[in-house]
Order: sequence, then C-alpha cells, then structure tokens
Amino acid sequence: MKRFRAFVVKEFYHIFRDYRTLLILFGMPAVQLMLFGYVITNEIKDARIAIYDPSKDIVTRMISDKILSSGYFILERNLNNIAEIESAFRYGEVSLAIVFEPEFAKKMEKNGTAHLQIIGDASDPNTANILVNYASGIISNYLISINSEKVPYQIIPQARMMYNGELKGVYMFVPGLMAMLLMLISALMTSLAITREKELGTMELLLVSPLRPVQIIIGKVFPYVFLAFIDAIIILVLGNTVFHVPVLGSITLLLAESFLYICMALSLGILISTLTSSQQIAMMVSLVALMLPTILLSGFIFPVENMPWILQVFCYVMPPKYFITIIKSIMLQGNGLACVWQETLILLGFTLFFLMLSVKKFNIRLA
Amino acid sequence: MDPVAVSVKNLTLRYKTTLAIDDISFEVAGGELFGFIGPDGAGKTSLFRILTTLLVPTQGACQVEGLDVVKDYRQIRNICGYMPGKFSLYQDLTVEENLSFFATIFGTTIAENYDLIKDIYAQIEPFKKRKAGKLSGGMKQKLALSCALIHKPQILFLDEPTTGVDAVSRREFWEMLKRLRDGGITILVSTPYMDEAEKCDRVALMQAGKIMKINTPAEIIKDYPHALLSVRAGDVYPLMKELMKYPGTHRADTFGQSVHLSFKKGEIQPAELQKHLSTKGHTNVEIEEITASIEDCFMDLMTIN
Repeated sequence: MKRFRAFVVKEFYHIFRDYRTLLILFGMPAVQLMLFGYVITNEIKDARIAIYDPSKDIVTRMISDKILSSGYFILERNLNNIAEIESAFRYGEVSLAIVFEPEFAKKMEKNGTAHLQIIGDASDPNTANILVNYASGIISNYLISINSEKVPYQIIPQARMMYNGELKGVYMFVPGLMAMLLMLISALMTSLAITREKELGTMELLLVSPLRPVQIIIGKVFPYVFLAFIDAIIILVLGNTVFHVPVLGSITLLLAESFLYICMALSLGILISTLTSSQQIAMMVSLVALMLPTILLSGFIFPVENMPWILQVFCYVMPPKYFITIIKSIMLQGNGLACVWQETLILLGFTLFFLMLSVKKFNIRLA
Repeated sequence: MDPVAVSVKNLTLRYKTTLAIDDISFEVAGGELFGFIGPDGAGKTSLFRILTTLLVPTQGACQVEGLDVVKDYRQIRNICGYMPGKFSLYQDLTVEENLSFFATIFGTTIAENYDLIKDIYAQIEPFKKRKAGKLSGGMKQKLALSCALIHKPQILFLDEPTTGVDAVSRREFWEMLKRLRDGGITILVSTPYMDEAEKCDRVALMQAGKIMKINTPAEIIKDYPHALLSVRAGDVYPLMKELMKYPGTHRADTFGQSVHLSFKKGEIQPAELQKHLSTKGHTNVEIEEITASIEDCFMDLMTIN
C-alpha cells in the first residue's frame, strides 16, 4: 500500500508540474463549454432579409411588418425588381428573400388566393430551412388572425416542446460536452501518461521493480479518475449557473453514472497505451478513434436516426452514445435508474471488456 | 554468497528476423566486476534486458543468483538493481523525489540504506531540490546509480553507464563501482569504450551477438598474438593506405592521429619501415613499439570471427 501511495503521489507531481496537462485538465472544460454554449447555436436572431413588394398594398405591408417585428429578421433592403434578388444573395447581403406577386391584396380579395415566394440561401441548408420555417409560420399566423371570424372551423396546432421549452442548444451541448471531455481527459491523458513512461524508459525501471503490473496501471490511472470527476462537476456547475441547464434527476445518480463513464474511458485509455509504444501514436489513436466518433457518432450533434445504417451500426458501439442518453435522461427528464439501467449495464460491460483486454495485453516485460 | 552470481548457457535471442544474441554462454562469480565490451548493436542491451527479466530469451537458460529469469522473474526483480542505457528517471521530479520514489517502491527508505549510496549521493545531495532533468550528465548518472542501489541489490546491472559522460566523471564512476564491488555487490556493466575494459575484473568482448572472448583484461592482452607498432606521420589516411600495402602487414587501424600496425613477430623491422615510408614521401615519421590495448585485441578478434 505504501508503494502504491508513493506511485500515486509521483503521478500527481507529474500532473501538477506540467502546465500543459493542467491547462487541458481544467482550462479546456470551461473554454469548450463557453464555446459550445455561446458560439455554436441553432437559434437564429436578426437574419437579414430582402423584400420585393411590387404591390405595396395594405396586406403586403401587414405581412412585412409581422415578419420584421418578429425579432428573427431585419430588413436589409427593399428590392426594385426580380433581378436584384440574385445579386443580393450573391453578395451575401441577405439570407432570405420574400417576394410578393403584383396586386397581392386585390387577388386575395377576388380569388381567395395570392402568391408569395420565400427564397432561402441554401448554401447553408440548416439555416435556410430554419429561416423559411420561421417565415412561413409568421405568415400562417397572420392568415389565421385575419380569417378567424370568417372561417367556420379550423385546426390550430399547439406545439409544446417538452424538457427544453425554449429549444436551447445548450441543453444538448452540456451532456454532449461531458461525454466528450471526460472521454478526452480520461482516455487521452492516461494513454499519454503510460506511453510517456515507455518512451522515457522509466517503464523499464518500473517493470524491474517489485511493483505489480496492476499496481502500475491503477497507480497511473487513479489520479485521472479523481481529476476527471472534478471536471464533470465543473461542467455541471458551469452548465447550471451560466446556462441554466437544469439537473432534474438525482445528482447522486448523475455523478455515479459519470464515474462509471470515467472508468470506461480510463480502461479504454489503458488499452490504447498497452497497444501503442509512443505518445504520438497514442495521441493520434485517441484523437481519431475516440474524439471524432464521440463528436460525430454519438448523437451529440447529428441525430443517429438519420444516418445510413452502416454508420448507425458504428453508433451503437460508441460508449459515449449511451452516456449521453443517460445524462440527458437524468438531467433534462428527471428520470431515475429505472429508465437508464440498460444503458448503464452497457457502459459497465464496455468497462469490463476494455479492462480485461488491457490486462491481457499488458506486458510484464518489454516487447 | 553464491559463488556463481550469473550463469548463462547457450542463450539466443531473436527479434523477428534479426539475431540479437547468438548462442552465448558465460558465468559471473559473486562479487565480480564483470564488463561487456562491444560496439553498438553487439547485443549488450538485449543481454542485460534478458538478465533483468525484461525480455524472454528465444533459447537457452539464464540464472541470476540461482533464479531462472523466466520462471522466477518476480524474485529476481527484488534483488537486482538496474540502470538502463538511456537516462530513465523522472525529469520533472527532483533529485530527492526520484530517489525516495525508487526507495519506496522497493519497500525501503533513503535513511535505511543511506550508507550504501552515501559516497555517490553525497556529491549530488547539494542539488537535491533540483529537477532531475536539469542535472548535468555526470550528476544524472550518479543519481541513476543511487536509484539503482537504494534497495541494496545483490547484483547490479549497468547498461552503458558512462556513455555521454565526461572523462573525469567516468573515472570517478569506475572508482565508485570498485568500492561497491569491494562491498560485496556483483556488478555487470556494459560499455562501448574499450579503455574501460581494464577497470573490470573480467571482460567479455562482444560483437554481433556473439562473445568473442572472456578473460581478465591482462590475460586478453597477453594472448594478443601479434607484434604491434604505432606509426605516426602527418596525414593518417595516406599513411594508412601505404601501411596496408606494406608486405607483412596483418592489420592497420587508425587510433586518433596514429596507426596501429600489427604483424607476425619479426616480419617487419621498424627501421626498414621508417626508410620505406620516407622514400614514399611521408614526413615526420615516428615509429614506436607498443604493447596491445584491449582495442587492439578486439580488432584482431573481429578479423578472426
């Protein structure tokens, strides 16, 4: 035990004397959370639009006013002819154009229909989609409001977004970020820490000592369990205080699940380090094999359901996917273990699998 | 003490396609300072790694203090001290932290075995708060030796401990090794420097995975079969070419500014050679009869093998 303690103390010295490690450990969670929370957002405000209105009657004015007063759009320019639409898009001045047909009010009065075109800039498909939907929504609302007396019956859908009423992107990103950062810190840092010993040649000395391989591995990993756990707490606290992401479920359960996930990532890190011999390779493997899938294939940013089946298969072997499901369920829906036991078991299975594989692969000797 | 500290029989180590160690056998007696001399790639490091249980031999049997390196690796790890060729301590830990870390993982303390390392450690103790990475080459080597010694090993494996260390530190280092040996520790040391062979009780000359000769340095020199001249004259390279052509020459090797010329006794007369070289246009020719060094013996053995 004394030996083990000395080993862990040494490991903490390594971490606290390397400012880069410290920066990654404690700077990154905060910076990433701020970046994801503030910069990457699906909500759109103040999109610039152009309006071509050859009618200039009461109805088109009303519609334009509704659109511009919604808070989503600001008028960049009024167009004088159809040809200007293209140039307005081309120079990137606007991301949406509204085109009324001539004699709009008159046609509506006489025929009951009038045409209006919404043109989006689909070089950014997601934004274009959202903007077009916003604009259509505003127009339908207007239509309902002027027709409410005339039409005998109508259906008014009332949409309510459960668990994230304001559709805040942060609610998505906090769980995703936790999955990503804990994976990064745990897997990358431990795989680096172990391969560093190999690279420096100190692993030779450790192997020639009476320390058992298990003691070496656990001694190396122990500090990171602790530090990753602190990171998990930092993310939760920041998410809660700065972005008001709620934790509806049990905090104890949430922390316990985080702990399990950390152990899973650490055992993966150990596995990587037993298979690689240099820090550079370990880093490449960790980044390419862990980070990218965690971001892309875990349902963090892109929904799994929309992927081609072959990628979906990959998604199901990505541990972060399950962790994200678990914490979303606990944080946003307030669920208990009864709802996430399957995912928990899967994570546990991953952990045991990686641990067994790495113990099997760990060399009591060189090469 | 066991009279035989290390026994190696028909040891072979193969890495995929290359033969690192090719069927070697030797014994080291308890309390001996035993040197492995040979150039890079001779198989010294591989041999040390097998003896310290870090590598498993492809063939052959190795015992350290009567323990098998494969079967009893655990016990061997308790009784041997190892100093790898590359400086392998924690650069970001201080001198004292490194030493106390290694003491602790071997289940001892600095205080307990301070006597053993006092001589060596006393020299770096003034810098004990300094990070190991910031030490000079000689100090690093002293720290590494202290760390290898701190658990009072019965047997010490030092892989090229003097590589990259200045001449003064090297001499001091060998003095320390002699004192440790006198204290009863068996020491196996490898070095690429031929001149260090003479500091060992016995040496094994290694080349391409084989041991060419094992004996005391004095006996190895005594066994040198040729007569030897040291020849100096201006440029070494043309002189060398000339000597290679000279009838009776066995070998000609450059040693710094001079050429060592070996030949069968009586076949070359220094005076005649001097005259010959002068007629060939070599100036300032100095010829001196010398006794062989270990390096001469090594070169000669290389031709035979």
